[in-house]
Amino acid sequence: MDQWEPIKQLVKSVKNGKVSAVNLVERSLSKIESNSEYKAIISTLKQSALKRATEIDESIKKGGKVGVLAGIPFIAKDNFLVFGAETTAASNILKGFIPPYQATVINRLEEQGAICVAKANLDAFAHGASTENSDFFITKNPYDKTRVPGGSSGGSAAAVALGMAPFALGTDTGGSIRQPSAFCGVFGMKPTYGLVSRSGVIAMGSSLDCIGPITSRVEDAEIILDVMSGLDELDATTIAKDNLGYGSSLISLKGTKIGVIKEYLGEGVDSEILDATQSKIIELKKAGAEVKEVSLPSLEYALACYYIICPAEVSSNLSRYDGQRYGYSDRSAESLFDSYVNTRGKGFGTEAKRRIIIGTFVLSSGYYDAYYKKAMTVRTKLINEFNDAFNDVDFLVGPVTPTTAFKIGERSQNPLDMYLADVMTVAANLTGVPAVSLPNGFSKEKLPIGFQIMAPQRKDRDLLSLAKTIESLSL
Amino acid sequence: MRENSRYLPTIGIECHVQLKTVSKLFSGASNDSRDSKPNTNVNHIDFGLPGALPVLNTEALTLAVRAALALKTKPQLFSTFDRKHYFYPDLPMGYQITQYDNPIIKGGSVEFYVDGEKKTVGITRAHIEADAGKSTHPEGVNFSLVDLNRAGTPLLEIVSEPEMHSAAEAKAYAKELYLLMRYAGVTEGILYHGNMRFDVNVSVSKDGQLGTRSETKNLNSFRSVEKAVEYEIKRQIEVIESGNKVAQETRGWLDAKQRTITQRVKENADDYRYMPDPDLPPVTLDVRFVNEIEKSMPNTLSFWRNELKRLGLNEHQIEILIEANLDFNEANYLSLIQDFDSKGIDARQIANWLVNIDIPLAKETEGVLNSNRAIIYTVVAQLLRESKLSSTNSKELITQLLQLENLPEDIGKYAEDKGLLQQSDSNQIETIVDEVLKENPKAVEDIKSGEQKAIGFLIGQVMQRSKGQANPSLTKQIIENRLTKNSNF
Repeated sequence: MDQWEPIKQLVKSVKNGKVSAVNLVERSLSKIESNSEYKAIISTLKQSALKRATEIDESIKKGGKVGVLAGIPFIAKDNFLVFGAETTAASNILKGFIPPYQATVINRLEEQGAICVAKANLDAFAHGASTENSDFFITKNPYDKTRVPGGSSGGSAAAVALGMAPFALGTDTGGSIRQPSAFCGVFGMKPTYGLVSRSGVIAMGSSLDCIGPITSRVEDAEIILDVMSGLDELDATTIAKDNLGYGSSLISLKGTKIGVIKEYLGEGVDSEILDATQSKIIELKKAGAEVKEVSLPSLEYALACYYIICPAEVSSNLSRYDGQRYGYSDRSAESLFDSYVNTRGKGFGTEAKRRIIIGTFVLSSGYYDAYYKKAMTVRTKLINEFNDAFNDVDFLVGPVTPTTAFKIGERSQNPLDMYLADVMTVAANLTGVPAVSLPNGFSKEKLPIGFQIMAPQRKDRDLLSLAKTIESLSL
Repeated sequence: MRENSRYLPTIGIECHVQLKTVSKLFSGASNDSRDSKPNTNVNHIDFGLPGALPVLNTEALTLAVRAALALKTKPQLFSTFDRKHYFYPDLPMGYQITQYDNPIIKGGSVEFYVDGEKKTVGITRAHIEADAGKSTHPEGVNFSLVDLNRAGTPLLEIVSEPEMHSAAEAKAYAKELYLLMRYAGVTEGILYHGNMRFDVNVSVSKDGQLGTRSETKNLNSFRSVEKAVEYEIKRQIEVIESGNKVAQETRGWLDAKQRTITQRVKENADDYRYMPDPDLPPVTLDVRFVNEIEKSMPNTLSFWRNELKRLGLNEHQIEILIEANLDFNEANYLSLIQDFDSKGIDARQIANWLVNIDIPLAKETEGVLNSNRAIIYTVVAQLLRESKLSSTNSKELITQLLQLENLPEDIGKYAEDKGLLQQSDSNQIETIVDEVLKENPKAVEDIKSGEQKAIGFLIGQVMQRSKGQANPSLTKQIIENRLTKNSNF
């Protein structure tokens, strides 16, 4: 695959005039154009991107101060609000919606000179693991066009794999950054819950949603996280960033305690993925890490728990799409009731409706205690088990997905099969811990495999250090 | 009536109090839309745009803490926000943010007097929530209008125990709650703006078991609270007496017809699908924070009542001052009284003037009066003390001064020009007295023979001739002197 040079190097070239920001944006746009058959992109921001690039170039010529991402093009998943650019969440109900404000993370990236060049495809409202739930089109896997790129951030992961930009933004509610990163052979990170502001990002499950970078290498992700993270007065759930920032150095694995999650190496996991995971673990041992098996018994219930809590929050968060103020609205309705029913009936796709129905059910009086409340109890238990495990080890590792990228259409008829794609990723969202998907070789069919690492909450810096160290071992 | 007296009405009241914060509960938009065009005080949060997140305005917390203290309780140190779901065009997010499981106030009480008897009503709970926008449904058109200026306005919903048993008690509770919230600085409390809205839950029973209740919503005056409760008691008794059952329903109040009407029959409990709001972390209050607020609380209602009582005012006067102080807040009646008292001036005299002259005049002119009250009352009190003014003329002088746009530089001179000062120059009074005595020999004879009442008559004559400017006590002295010293009369 066609990779961009490291971001640090690109920025240096832009600053010393070897390459212009306009060059980088044009390179990005031409890559998007030449790979249009993969359908990773919903819309491009050609005009505004070139304008910003020109401004940065002029500023550099004048000797002005530019940021740590000067001239770096990036692609945002289409659930990030970008000022003046159509933002749809790949849904018909928001088709044509131009936001009058933009996400905090877009502001922070732009302040450092990054340039949003395009909006990437996703499963509508981020509901899915393949982009097959996009109301517009399906994105194809860069390694095999008959296969899915994963999801919901499938467009973002495919875009980075195809070299459309040095980095892309994704959202991860149950694995939506890590799973497509694994399927597309790129690096993806879900930070600690609250480390990156959700303001201006279309909500899926508010207690689970995390925003993170998808990159070609760990170091690039560190730079992006450093710019995006930290307290935001527009998001009450944000936490302060690490005092040291996120630009870490390699660490010695000697004495590093690594726990292998027993439950992730059992039934239902492809043997090739098990093998790849085992060889990575052996590599770690050779490098001096203390590796032990760790059991987290409640993981068995994590997926069930997730598919109660997440739809509950989805059903609530999607209430605002009612055709009364913006987005699609059925104008022919004769009554208020019909206006709601027709707008939401036609505007939402099948998966959104499925999750609204499940969520509405589990929150209904008489069922709340049996489902939602019980799921919250399991969630607390899972958090406690993770805390216990992290008293014993520094990191937890395992595969990201039970399989490599599956065929388009293979699972889309059976929602439960599709939900199983999240089985190894949802726990990090339920517990709020940071987790990454690091490329870990390929299957016999030349499909990428991912390696997952999780760290305790707020240990994002340590997590990135370990990921970078492991990355350097494989080089 | 004899039949009806067997029924015991039971009343509970829910009151929505608008908190007087600068900005809205969860957004930076202004919380004051009185002079704003529809849908102009609305930002991305109030409009329910995608990706918009609520962030709690801590000023609302401060006001809720004050409310707790005014209700004689402490706020909960841990409280949470929940989402209450329903679809309506004036509810942009499709859910209202409120406190369901863990409200900021649990318990408390309100004390008041009804017909001289003390009554205490318990508070069940009070929670913070965001108001919805305002819908209007114009006649004869096929659309409705929504104004989101009000969307996100912070409310404190105060729920009483069902411990009232008459319309008079309900009214008195509503009024006392209003006074408490106003004195604690919690709300602007302008009732006709809907700053406080009352929902009354009424049931009647003759066997001691609670009857089925109706809820009459959105009452915005104490009188409508009283009348709606009165009406509901009568209606429900009639329903039962005619062999029917009272329906559990929501009713509205038709002020023009002075009656309640059915709005919505509640056959099933509404399912609002409450859930904890994941966008808002739980609120934890620090004890020190609560103590700070307690220290900085404005003087409470009971403080002022005690102060006025100490000055010797009666209940009636006290309540007039307590209310007028709110209605004409720029007049600062109570601090005016307090200032005079601390300066050793007869504050009771000032309070009397306020009750008898100033407040009625303020009501008449809707508060458009000269605001230099401190100067007016200081000078008038001094002129009175120096016997330059009669008690009657002091009232006249105050009335005139309050209605002047600009105060004269020399109020004494002004009073003199207007002929309001009384004559304390004994030479001049003596001349008039001599004239009067000469003209009224009969009265002089009466006095001499011990008929003291006649002195009053003579003083009156002197006052008349001096056009009210003669100092009455000085006049009396002079007359007495003349009649004892000079046998000519």
